[in-house]
Amino acid sequence: MLKRTALFSAHQKLGAKLIDFGGWEMPVQYTSITDEHLAVRNAAGIFDISHMGEVTVSGSGAESFLNSVLTNDIRKLVTGDGQYTLMCNEHGTVIDDLYAYKLSVGIYFLIINASRIEPDVAWLQAQAAKFSGELNLSDASHNYAAIAVQGPRVKEFINAVIPGASSSVFKVSAVTDLKKNQIAGFNFENHSVFVSRTGYTGEDGFEIVGGDESIQHLWDKFISIGQPFGLKPAGLGARDTLRTEVCYPLYGHELDEETTPIEAGVGFFVALDKGEFNGRSVLAEQKTNGVKKKLVAFKMTDKSAPPRPHYPIWANGASVGEVVSGTQSPSLNLGIGMGYVPPEFAMPDTKIEIEIRGKRFAAVVVKKPIFKKT
Amino acid sequence: MSNIPSDLKYAKSHEWLRVSGDTATVGITDHAQAELTDIVFVELPAVGRQVKAGEACAVVESVKTASDIYSPVSGEITAVNAAVVDNPALVNTAPDSDGWFYKIKLSNAAEADALLSPDDYKKQIGG
Repeated sequence: MLKRTALFSAHQKLGAKLIDFGGWEMPVQYTSITDEHLAVRNAAGIFDISHMGEVTVSGSGAESFLNSVLTNDIRKLVTGDGQYTLMCNEHGTVIDDLYAYKLSVGIYFLIINASRIEPDVAWLQAQAAKFSGELNLSDASHNYAAIAVQGPRVKEFINAVIPGASSSVFKVSAVTDLKKNQIAGFNFENHSVFVSRTGYTGEDGFEIVGGDESIQHLWDKFISIGQPFGLKPAGLGARDTLRTEVCYPLYGHELDEETTPIEAGVGFFVALDKGEFNGRSVLAEQKTNGVKKKLVAFKMTDKSAPPRPHYPIWANGASVGEVVSGTQSPSLNLGIGMGYVPPEFAMPDTKIEIEIRGKRFAAVVVKKPIFKKT
Repeated sequence: MSNIPSDLKYAKSHEWLRVSGDTATVGITDHAQAELTDIVFVELPAVGRQVKAGEACAVVESVKTASDIYSPVSGEITAVNAAVVDNPALVNTAPDSDGWFYKIKLSNAAEADALLSPDDYKKQIGG
C-alpha cells in the first residue's frame, strides 16, 4: 500500500496521473509535463511536496552539533535565515542534500529528501549519541504537509492567500517581504505555517510547511486565487524538468553515497575552514588534489531522442562516463542533461557523445545552469 | 473519450492498423498518445526492414519516458512518415491520421484478422 499525502484527494479531483515515487502515490502530471513546466517558467505552478521530511534540532548544542554533521557553515545563519547544505559520511560521500533554517537561537529546522528520511534520521541519531552538548533531535515528518508555489507571478497573489505580517521567527510585514532563503511563521486560519522564499525550479517562489488541514485549505485557496494569474497545479514530471534545466542536483542521481559534493560541483556549500565535520578530510584532499569524476551539464547538438539516466557518455572515442539526469527541455526544445566524466572532459565546450539505444549522438558540455532566464 | 475509428484494427499494445489490399499503415491510438502526452521524439524503422508481428520496431519518446512500438503484423517496411520525425507533436494531435508511423507490405494477411476490433479495443481501454 503506497503512502498518500494530505493532498491526495485534491490530486484525484484534478484528474492527476499518479505514480509510485519512493513509496508515495504522487502526481507525475495533471495535464502535460510541458504545459506545467511552462506555466512555472511564465506564470506560476503549485506542487505537493508533503512527502518531504522535516527534522527539528534544538538545544544549546544544536548549532555546534549541526556544524559537525553538515558541510555548510551554519553559524552564518541569523534567525530567519536558511541555507542549502549537505550531510556526508566519513568518506565524504553524500547521505543527503537539504535545507537548514534557523528558527531562533538554539532551534533549527531541517527539510530533507522524502527518499532519505530514514537514513538521515538514523545517521543524525547515531551522531547525536556521540555528542556531548545539550541536544534534542526530533523527526517531525509525520507532523507536516507542504506545498511549493513557484513562478514569476507568485509574488502578485501570495499575499492575498496568506495575508498579514509574520507571527513568529522574525518580523516581516508581508510574505513577499521575505528575501530569498528567509523563513518566517505566519498565521493562517488560526494555525501557524512556515513560509520560506525557496524552491527547486530556478524561479522566484515560496515553500509552505504546516499541518495537514492548513495545507489542504491553502492548496484550495492558492488554486482559486492564483488561477487568474495563470497558476497551474504541477507534478513531479515538471519538477524534474525544471530542476534539470537549472542543474539542481537530485539525490539518487547527481548525489549518492558514492559521490562527494566536490565531484558533484557543489563545493561552494562545503566550508572547509569552519572546523571539523564528517567527511572534511576527504573533501579537503579533493579540493587540493582534484577528483576522478566530475559532474558536467550538457546539451545535445545532433537531432536525437532525449538523453536519459544511465546512458553512456563517450569522449575521444571511448565510453568514459554516464548520464545521471536527462530529458527533453521544454524551455529550450532540445535534449539536456547532467552526467559524470573524468575531469579532462569537464570543460565547457568539450564535445562528447551520448549513446542512445546503441547509437552515438553529438552533445557538448556547457556551463551550469543550462537554462538561464534573460 | 478516446477516438477509436471503426475502419482500423487494434493491437493490445495500442497500435492501430489500416489495411489497404496487401499493404497496411501503422500508428498509435488516441488512447496511447493521451497516456504519453507531450511526444518529443519518434524513431522509425528503416525502409526495407523485415519485421515480425510483435517485434519492437519503433520508439516513441515523451518528456518522461521512451516506449517501444510493436509491429501488429509481419512484413516489409515500405515507407516511413518523415512528418512525425520532423514534428513529433503530430502524433498527439492526429494519432489516427497524419501521425502515422510506417507502411508495411503484409507477408501474412491473416495476422490482420487476429487483431482486436474497434469494439474489443474499446472494451480493453475501459471505454
